[in-house]
Amino acid sequence: MQHTTGRRARSTTLAAGTTAAVAALTLALAGCSSDDDAKAAPSSAGSSASATGPVTLVTHDSFSVDKKQLAAFEKKTGITVKIIKQGDAGQLTNQLVLTKDSPLGDAVFGIDNTFATRAVDAGVLADHTPADQPSQAAQYAVDGSDGKQQLTPVDYGDVCLNVDHAWFTKKGVAEPKTLDDLTRPAYKDLTVVENPATSSPGLAFLLATISAKGEDGYLDYWKALKANGLKVDQGWEDAYYTDFSGADGKGPRPIVLSYSSSPAFTLSKDKSSTTTGALLDTCFRQVEYAGVLDGAKNPAAAAKVVDWLQSTEVQSTIPDLMYMYPVNPAATIPTAWKKFAPLATKPLDVPAADITKNREAWIKAWTAAVVG
Amino acid sequence: MVGRAHTPRPAPDAPTSPAKSGLPVARVTLWGLAVVVPLAFLVVFFAWPVLTLVGKGFVADGHLDLGGFGEAFSTPRTWRIVGLTLGQAVLGTAASVLLGVPGAYVLFRCRWPGRGLVRALVTVPFVLPTVVVGVAFRSLLVEGGPLGFLHLDGTFTAIVLALVFFNYTVVVRTVGGLWARLDPRAEQAARALGASSWRAFRTVTLPALAPAIASAASIVFLFCATAFGVVLVLGGLQYGTIETEIWIQTTQFLDLRTASVLSVVQLVVVAAVLLVASRTRARRERALSLGSDRASDRRLRLWGRGPDGTRSALGGDLVPFVVTAVVVVVLLATPLVNLLVRSLHVDGAWSLANYRALGSTGDRGALSVTVWDATWNSVRIALVATAIALVVGGLVALVVSRRPRRRVGRRAVATLDSLFMLPLGVSAVTVGFGFLVTLDRPLGLPVDLRTAGLLVPIAQAVVAVPLVVRTVLPVLRAIDPRLREAASTLGAAPGRVLRTVDVPLAARSLGLAIGFAFAASLGEFGATSFLARPDAATLPVAIFDLIGRPGQGNYGMALAASCVLAALTAVVMLAAEQLRGERDGGEL
Repeated sequence: MQHTTGRRARSTTLAAGTTAAVAALTLALAGCSSDDDAKAAPSSAGSSASATGPVTLVTHDSFSVDKKQLAAFEKKTGITVKIIKQGDAGQLTNQLVLTKDSPLGDAVFGIDNTFATRAVDAGVLADHTPADQPSQAAQYAVDGSDGKQQLTPVDYGDVCLNVDHAWFTKKGVAEPKTLDDLTRPAYKDLTVVENPATSSPGLAFLLATISAKGEDGYLDYWKALKANGLKVDQGWEDAYYTDFSGADGKGPRPIVLSYSSSPAFTLSKDKSSTTTGALLDTCFRQVEYAGVLDGAKNPAAAAKVVDWLQSTEVQSTIPDLMYMYPVNPAATIPTAWKKFAPLATKPLDVPAADITKNREAWIKAWTAAVVG
Repeated sequence: MVGRAHTPRPAPDAPTSPAKSGLPVARVTLWGLAVVVPLAFLVVFFAWPVLTLVGKGFVADGHLDLGGFGEAFSTPRTWRIVGLTLGQAVLGTAASVLLGVPGAYVLFRCRWPGRGLVRALVTVPFVLPTVVVGVAFRSLLVEGGPLGFLHLDGTFTAIVLALVFFNYTVVVRTVGGLWARLDPRAEQAARALGASSWRAFRTVTLPALAPAIASAASIVFLFCATAFGVVLVLGGLQYGTIETEIWIQTTQFLDLRTASVLSVVQLVVVAAVLLVASRTRARRERALSLGSDRASDRRLRLWGRGPDGTRSALGGDLVPFVVTAVVVVVLLATPLVNLLVRSLHVDGAWSLANYRALGSTGDRGALSVTVWDATWNSVRIALVATAIALVVGGLVALVVSRRPRRRVGRRAVATLDSLFMLPLGVSAVTVGFGFLVTLDRPLGLPVDLRTAGLLVPIAQAVVAVPLVVRTVLPVLRAIDPRLREAASTLGAAPGRVLRTVDVPLAARSLGLAIGFAFAASLGEFGATSFLARPDAATLPVAIFDLIGRPGQGNYGMALAASCVLAALTAVVMLAAEQLRGERDGGEL
């Protein structure tokens, strides 16, 4: 707007005077579009101590809950949940950091372990520990600087390389098993992964290689992958559906970066077997969290929503609705998952604090080495 | 009226020219409102959010910090990114214009069966979500795909082709909209005087079309320069642009310092282009003799006649026809047909199963609503966005179409014109994140607009406004001022002049404008993807949700849903064409 002229500046002053009118006009114009706009902004009365009233749950694009369960929860508690979606885990976390002084809502779901300490360090979250949090869940919890829990784990899963069984059977080539196998000539031009700068599974896999090869060795490993014909796509859907041979898109490459749960969705016609499999030695564990936002208008009710996400009823829907494993051991897991989507026994791991400290530097170094 | 006609009266000044004594207060107020309302809209929903966010990047610990510039400009990567941005935008624009002008001729000036359908078809790519275009293009180009032998996957060429795929319709419609109304007699006269058809085109028609071409080129350039998803999907980060870099720095790193520097660079590039475009337009724009498009239509005639009466490729419509046919069939239809064929295949056999599944919520509830519900949400939001864009864009076009006598006035009008183009040239991420830091209490009102569903159509309207302006303006500007003067001389009040001269003529381009605005909104361009969206999925969001998950049938459903979006767009475009005010056709 540098080229704003004097004349324009005058008009802008005028404009400021009438913006209220314009806002009213546009509000009126748009008012017919959705009925729920009217109750969009909860009044400041929401800060009462009783755990009822409106709660805005800010979450990522992949969030999904059972509508009937939500309605039942709202009826039982007197809480009304408004769901707001925005981008992936990274964008969600960064938007929360940006709006810290005027939070977008009361509760959040979808911050993962690669962004967890960033959210905690920025002071986005309030302390909250669910009263009956299972101990298996507690091992994943992330605490604030005062040692009190801020991020409540909801689900977890493994990002792993997947292979197309049919392709390897047809070609008579043995399937790869380890990260090092991928750099062997037998697997030249067969692998497609996602870019860590633009995709969360991509970032998870970069972290897996850092965990396996160390900070000194991971770039050399990637250079070897690149020399062996690695393809890097910008997002999961592009890699899985366009380049991977084992999915509906029938692409050319039989090794793809996806999730350990993906094979549960590529079942044969009689559902007795799956046509793809995960390489369990290449996995990075992703944990997704919920929490109460600092400065929430309705923190008491927000805490109840967080607790509800950890409840057995919601947890049992997580595999089908969000493609992750529930953290609550009492939740039921689909039989297809038990059979075809096992978790890694020893997932590769990088401490959350290290990720926050180095994420940008690692991604930049990776970009320089692999993309150029 | 007749009685007043003999009273000699000086031609009245154009309305924005200096107020003379006796100028009615009402008139000044109305014109003032016509300027202020759109400006206020632009300030609240664009300038303020963008400047606030960019400003945040230049403040560190309460002090102004411009060190980011030095750092950014000392890295070679920054320069490479700027170069790549300009390179792909210039090539994308040049190719779109070179291919689009013949297309505008064939699709808007010539009459042939099926023309309306093809016109609608070429708009479809404009609204397809990037992720779908990625599938449509990449599954063709990928090794082993039908066009894999071209080895275009992941190349710069693929990006440019995709940019043309998206933007072809912008050129065809903007240029075609004016061409259809151009009086053919000037060209016919030149031909009768012995000019070859090429020469007649070059010396008579092309100069008349220049404003529309400049208009289209500037829009396409802005779309290309800020293209984001398509660049990432087709080229990846090695062809990173300013836009993709701003996206990464903002959404992934929240490094506002770097992002703000890049935003300023982007703004400078965009402002420079807009300046050039507005200069070009100003030099070329003049009153044209406009007719109804039906009168100036001509039958498509492939062959010309040589001097000896034999058939000749020269002089006929063969060249533009072949160019257009190749573009439409190879570049536009092939990826779309690929999409359609894939949507109709399940397990290697033809099937309608993917379409039947649209009434469901996907494999194990991948969606929160059915695809049909999502379609309805899309249409509803697009209607609101279109209404806002028409009001705001219509007012801007009306004001900007005036030619004030004073230099200052002309400057002001030109600046206003360029200001409203800026939303196309500024990063959608910057706008979207800017909303987050400004609209929690807009103007002190206790309404958190950030999480209100209302912001979605507003953000779409911000992007649709320039499209409306650019579509309506060439027609408004081409109205001969003498027509207005004649009307005033005959005693018509200014309001009446507007009602009887400007509005009926502009109404003919209204159909196009509505179609464009609606399409832009349906396709969810711009800041919308960075907004906090309430859980009311639109069609592009549903497609994104489906294709972003594994699960049998989800991929197929996403493709089927994309075909529904494509069909919906085509139908809307066909309908919008019917709104072209033909009934006023015989007036001139």
